[in-house]
Amino acid sequence: MKIIFESCSENEAFARTVVAAYITRLNPTLEELSDVKTAVSEAVTNSIIHGYENGDGDIVMECSIHNYDVSIVIEDFGVGISDIEKAMEPLYTTRPEWERSGMGFAFMEAFMDELKVESEPGKGTKVFLKKTIGVCEEMDQ
Amino acid sequence: MLKDNIAAGIHYEIYKNCLIIYITQDLDHHAVKFLRERSDRLIGTGDVKHIIFDFRDVEFMDSSGIGLIMGRYKKVMFLGGRACVVNVGKNVDKIFKVSGLYKIIEKYDTPEDAIKALEVKYENYI
Repeated sequence: MKIIFESCSENEAFARTVVAAYITRLNPTLEELSDVKTAVSEAVTNSIIHGYENGDGDIVMECSIHNYDVSIVIEDFGVGISDIEKAMEPLYTTRPEWERSGMGFAFMEAFMDELKVESEPGKGTKVFLKKTIGVCEEMDQ
Repeated sequence: MLKDNIAAGIHYEIYKNCLIIYITQDLDHHAVKFLRERSDRLIGTGDVKHIIFDFRDVEFMDSSGIGLIMGRYKKVMFLGGRACVVNVGKNVDKIFKVSGLYKIIEKYDTPEDAIKALEVKYENYI
């Protein structure tokens, strides 16, 4: 699944709802669903606020399912991140004046199994998220 | 029990020095932009000292919500007040736990419990 949407805050809810609908076939628990929605919301919000600095631009979101693994890639073509390690530090934010909590990447890390960030200043940022769904249920059976 | 006031799309109640804000939508960056300005306008009115966020209708929240609560917490803190959250569902609770927000924000079951804890006189409360 691949969609391209405009960078505007209304599309935060749109993006996470699309992903939630896409992964329903894996019968995720409500908690898993909420985890994935939060991670997607964080990544898309980052693109809107930091990548495009609230200006215009396109966000590309790709999802795929392999067995029980959900992979999500969220990409923008905005300002990029010069120091990814610093950006990923919990509570670090470049936008305290907008009351950003600095928890975005920390949440993506906490709620997904894998997080990878690729970025180049002036070119854009690509966030890779991965999570295995329904494994606990499998083990119960 | 609590009467809803709706002004400019925000549901709130002021009981003595407590401002209760009912969040009636999913709390992401989009919703926060709107709620921040309106709740600050209310904090600036009258004798508001404490703030209570009621999450009864919130199914989803991300780190933008944490920013909103933290920002309002700082505002009431300067007034000598406290910040509470009530009616917190499972999803939102997990976000609060992971963020460590409960270290500074108090959680109660209902707005009435929060008000009690904030030591507002309860007898006249209708």
